[in-house]
Amino acid sequence: MIVQHDAVVSVVDEIAEKIFLLRVRSPQLAESSAPGQFVNVRVGDGRNGPLLRRPFSVCRVDGDFIELLFNIVGEGTRRLASKRDGEMLDVLGPLGKPFGFHGDFDTAIIVAGGLGVAPFPFLTDSLQKEEKQIVTFLGARTRNQIVMMNLKSVKLATDDGSSGHHGTVVSLLEQYLATHSPQKPKIFGCGPTSMMKALAELSFRVGIECELSLEGDMGCGIGICQGCPVELVNGEKKYALVCTQGPTFLADQIILS
Amino acid sequence: MVKTDFTLRDVVFKNRVLVASGTFGYGDEVKDLVDVNRLGGIITKSLSWEPRDGNPPRRIAETASGMLNSIGLANIGVHKFINEKLPYLRELDTTIVVNIAASSIEEYCDVLAELDRHDGVDAFEINVSCPNVKEGGLSFGTDCAMTKEITSRLRPLTEKPLIVKLTPNVAHISEFAKVVEEAGADAVSVINTLVGMAVDVRTKKPKLSTVTGGLSGPAIKPIALAKVYEVAQAVDIPIFGIGGIASVEDAIEFLLVGATAVQVGTLNFVDPALSVKIADGLVKYAEANRLNDVGQLVGALEANVEFSVLQSWL
Repeated sequence: MIVQHDAVVSVVDEIAEKIFLLRVRSPQLAESSAPGQFVNVRVGDGRNGPLLRRPFSVCRVDGDFIELLFNIVGEGTRRLASKRDGEMLDVLGPLGKPFGFHGDFDTAIIVAGGLGVAPFPFLTDSLQKEEKQIVTFLGARTRNQIVMMNLKSVKLATDDGSSGHHGTVVSLLEQYLATHSPQKPKIFGCGPTSMMKALAELSFRVGIECELSLEGDMGCGIGICQGCPVELVNGEKKYALVCTQGPTFLADQIILS
Repeated sequence: MVKTDFTLRDVVFKNRVLVASGTFGYGDEVKDLVDVNRLGGIITKSLSWEPRDGNPPRRIAETASGMLNSIGLANIGVHKFINEKLPYLRELDTTIVVNIAASSIEEYCDVLAELDRHDGVDAFEINVSCPNVKEGGLSFGTDCAMTKEITSRLRPLTEKPLIVKLTPNVAHISEFAKVVEEAGADAVSVINTLVGMAVDVRTKKPKLSTVTGGLSGPAIKPIALAKVYEVAQAVDIPIFGIGGIASVEDAIEFLLVGATAVQVGTLNFVDPALSVKIADGLVKYAEANRLNDVGQLVGALEANVEFSVLQSWL
């Protein structure tokens, strides 16, 4: 069940350079969210700050709290970063389709680019409860922007080579797969579109199922504005909506543009 | 008890706050978030005869106090609506207005006639801001003769209320209101979105895949109020006022300038329960002002200038 309510901000921390973790108390959302789902946060009212809500993956659930990870890209996220303990935040969720983390696989290969790491701390917790093996490939622009949190068996790539592999996270995964054969693997990916395209292509070449979490231009997050289509490979319909039919999709079912 | 309802033909709307077409889906998507039975009515997403995929992404872009959209009338088509959505809508205790969009006059007629046979459809709203395929894709709604023709052709096909939703992308919207009144429409909805555009300066590309789209939200409210006021001076049929309504005060403004009822649009995306809050707020405002009917607000504007004087500025 989707709820809309005022959650209480517990803390906002800059956990890496220009990357913030917002922790809010919301027993309802903490109880009902699943990894891969998102919440839609009201950051303004159209006079003061933006009109439309902003979607954020549920980054982690901890007791009665949920955590959201973001960087400052505009006025909305600037406002979020300046929230103080005890302030109210109008949150709508949980929204969207969770990752398929119960499925028939033994090893989860998590691949995150930049802020695409957001849904994976929560996914990691759930995968551990399912007793899956986990290996995590984490890409960042530079070492100061690496977000580790509770991720497991992390292999790093940075664009500037300041930490780990000097190059893209997908090229790091490709190297890894050339020398390792994980048991019954499944890839979970999230990041910039160019990275997810490369990841999808790699998954097709190596024949590993790949589930991606997409970002869409969401006006509402609940399927009514129809603003966030993603093209389907060969469905009955040409488009699916990222907000309600995603944000998680199997890579072989969508066309990334 | 403050009276909140009004009627169109013999169809009762329980209050004067409806949700605008395309901003509330088919009503089932938001049932967790709002008691839809407390709405004055639900206006469905536009329906065409065949399902429509809609436009490629990007379809929306946020702008100052508003948003641009170019959804492309994506919809499930009239038959799937009748089979899959109407059974749910029929059970609701609110008035269901089905919005129709089409690319030819024949298609408008076919969709309306098909829907008219089914229980649960209480009224029709006609979206004339659609490309006229036969006439090279120009909007029906910016052609006064064509707008009249559509209304005249649809009128004999139904006994149910027929509402025509007018586009503001014309020089004098009141001329369009007059011709649809003459052609037998029961009401007009004023206004649809305004043509707008936004550009991404990093890529030098338009933000929407279709280059231009429809602007909505609080940014357009002053324009919408002026259009409702203009139409209210020109016709006697009721007006549904639409355009950036975000609060009970906004709704009252529309009623004062002559709207019989209002439709909340873009703000449903932000707060799906807003329309019900506004309906409650109208009752409180009426009570505070010792009115026994919210309808007493309709056209109660105290303007000390004759409209004919104002017209010279339009």
